[in-house]
Amino acid sequence: MRMHIDWTRCDGRGLCIELLPELLTRDDWGYPVGRGGSEIAIPQNLESAAHDARALCPTQALSLHG
Amino acid sequence: MNTVFDQALWAVGRGSGVVAMVLLTLSVLLGIGARSGRPVVGIPRFAVTLVHRNVSLFSLIFVVVHVVSLLFDPFAQLRLVDFFVPFLGAFKPFWLGLGTIAFDLLVVVTVTGLLRNRIGPRVFKAVHWLVYAMWPVSLVHAMGNGTNGLQPWFLVIAMLCLAAVGGALAWRLHENFVEYRNVRSQENP
Repeated sequence: MRMHIDWTRCDGRGLCIELLPELLTRDDWGYPVGRGGSEIAIPQNLESAAHDARALCPTQALSLHG
Repeated sequence: MNTVFDQALWAVGRGSGVVAMVLLTLSVLLGIGARSGRPVVGIPRFAVTLVHRNVSLFSLIFVVVHVVSLLFDPFAQLRLVDFFVPFLGAFKPFWLGLGTIAFDLLVVVTVTGLLRNRIGPRVFKAVHWLVYAMWPVSLVHAMGNGTNGLQPWFLVIAMLCLAAVGGALAWRLHENFVEYRNVRSQENP
């Protein structure tokens, strides 16, 4: 599964970073970044956390595919 | 007629109203906390959002208990239409009507809140702003309509709620309300 961060929607509220600390860090302005930028590969053990992050994102900036 | 059952309904109707008022206040505080994008009293951001949602749903449950118990209460003389159409009440129609308005707004805000990911953040946010009307209207309804609305113990609760929401609102309007506001505004002067 992969997660995509839509930077045009993201407001950097930080909920996803708390739910996926293994994959996301906060940049200097508070926005989430993955190792590969805005496309993040989600390992199986973090899929449920990724679903939570998508559902709780206040700006619906996260989408999951695959 | 003044049976034990009637007295129980009356007590439940009033008590659930007071509890709903306190829960709505807590919900407003948590909502403002969630909007700040900061952890609140050590609770992480995602949990603030979830607790805000759950406290809001509990407050709606107490509001439903409040209106349904008073529907069957012989003193309040409430009818079903008074749940949704304001100012038609038989007893204190103005103050009851404020409660009806607050109830209508609470239902709309709750439904759009639960459907947030379907309707999109823009519509959700626009409707959610109605809380800033709903909360004061419900407080005025409590003071004007409540049998105990102007008694000292209730006024103390009401003033504590008002001070808490007023304080949170002042923080909300402060320029450093949103986390990272400082670094972001340096980049975009």
